[in-house]
Amino acid sequence: MLEVDIASKTYPAVGGPPLLAIEGLRFSVPDGTFACLVGPSGCGKTTCLRILLGLERDFDGRTVLPGGNPRIGVAFQEPRLLPWRTVEENVRLALPKAMRARPLHDLFARLGLDGFENFYPGALSLGLARRAALARAFAVEPGLLLLDEPFVSLDEATAQDLRALLLDVWQARPTTALMVTHNLREAAQLADRIIVLSQRPGQVRGEHLIAVDRTRRTPEAVNAICAEVSARFPGLL
Amino acid sequence: MTRGLPLLWSVVSLLGLLGLWWVLALGADPRVFPAPPAVLEALLREAASGDLARHLGATLARVAAAFVLALTIGSAIGIALGMNHGLDRLFDPWVVLFLNLPALVVIVLAYVWFGLNEVAAIGAVAVNKIPNVVVTLREGARALDRSYAELARVYRFSFASRMRDVVLPQLQPFFAAASRSGIALIWKIVLVVELLGRSNGVGFQIHLHFQLFDVATILAYALAFVAVMLLVETLLLRPYDRYATRWRAPHA
Repeated sequence: MLEVDIASKTYPAVGGPPLLAIEGLRFSVPDGTFACLVGPSGCGKTTCLRILLGLERDFDGRTVLPGGNPRIGVAFQEPRLLPWRTVEENVRLALPKAMRARPLHDLFARLGLDGFENFYPGALSLGLARRAALARAFAVEPGLLLLDEPFVSLDEATAQDLRALLLDVWQARPTTALMVTHNLREAAQLADRIIVLSQRPGQVRGEHLIAVDRTRRTPEAVNAICAEVSARFPGLL
Repeated sequence: MTRGLPLLWSVVSLLGLLGLWWVLALGADPRVFPAPPAVLEALLREAASGDLARHLGATLARVAAAFVLALTIGSAIGIALGMNHGLDRLFDPWVVLFLNLPALVVIVLAYVWFGLNEVAAIGAVAVNKIPNVVVTLREGARALDRSYAELARVYRFSFASRMRDVVLPQLQPFFAAASRSGIALIWKIVLVVELLGRSNGVGFQIHLHFQLFDVATILAYALAFVAVMLLVETLLLRPYDRYATRWRAPHA
């Protein structure tokens, strides 16, 4: 179980009162399920992920990660590949020592990266670079998957391909996953539950559980889910 | 990139300089400002006697030792200062002090305190160069991209891997700058060190021929060593730069 209980998180501001980013953000994600965090810009979604990643230590509250101290697979908003290492080196560097030699061919093939193993990230399109970032996140066999708008600024067709790939890889080994997104349709396609946040300071407005099985989420079904969520949470786009 | 053409231009440009020298030497006293053939003659004479190779070798060895020493110590200090604000505030005045200490003072003090020996000579050269390396690498370490550090933290990179795969590649341009400017500065200081307290090397020979007022041999040694340093630049530093920045070249 992933448990988040952040009483408050403030950012110091230059020449002004500190900015209260999150106040009383509480939710949990059961093991092996996929949750999406949606909400308006600046409501603390990314801050929440950064706290879970251990990159923000200065906050009031506590978090419990699945299994205590799991390996985390992460996809940041930008691919964040090391430009001076090849795609395969980027993925292998993230692996713990004991897993360094594991074959990665299947994972690369599944994500459509075969043939690109020895490319430097500078030579990749954004779509390919995001695939490489996902490959890295899954290669570590994470106990927790944290995704921060991993498909932002891709054209819709590419984003749709990548969502399908993400689901494919995720379903091969369901991991507790938390994904931040602005895109309600995306959430409706991927998630078991949608956690809706308020305006800043971010707190949970409510949760929407999706009962429809992922394999049966046709475009119409996704529309229906979106309509339902929008009706429950007016003002959320 | 066309590589043949710039080479041709370099050759033409150097031949022009040679021609200018020759023309100017025509009207000068050959003892004070000898023409190219006299310098070539001196060069061949020194080469035939074996002196040239011996002294060039001695100087080159000192340059290499001081270079490695200065770059290793200087970058370790520079990276530490660049990554740690507190350390930087504490030691910045030291850096400024050593940066402004005249090379001659360091050399003389090194010989006085440690004797006229090789360790004092090479150490003095390194101490002269270290502050420059510190300043360059400190700028580099300050400009390190935090997002890669976060990545390394989330995926639990080891300290060695953080250095090798995350920090050092970002500092490569700063290493290149420090080594390029370093090698030029170091060989000039090495000559002073040799002049003041060594009995071999290019600096010693220049001093000797200065006392004999043999300008042709002085120029022969100077040009021979410049040629050696150009070879080091072309055969070692540039290929290394190309290797280290290979990822910048788009190949798709």
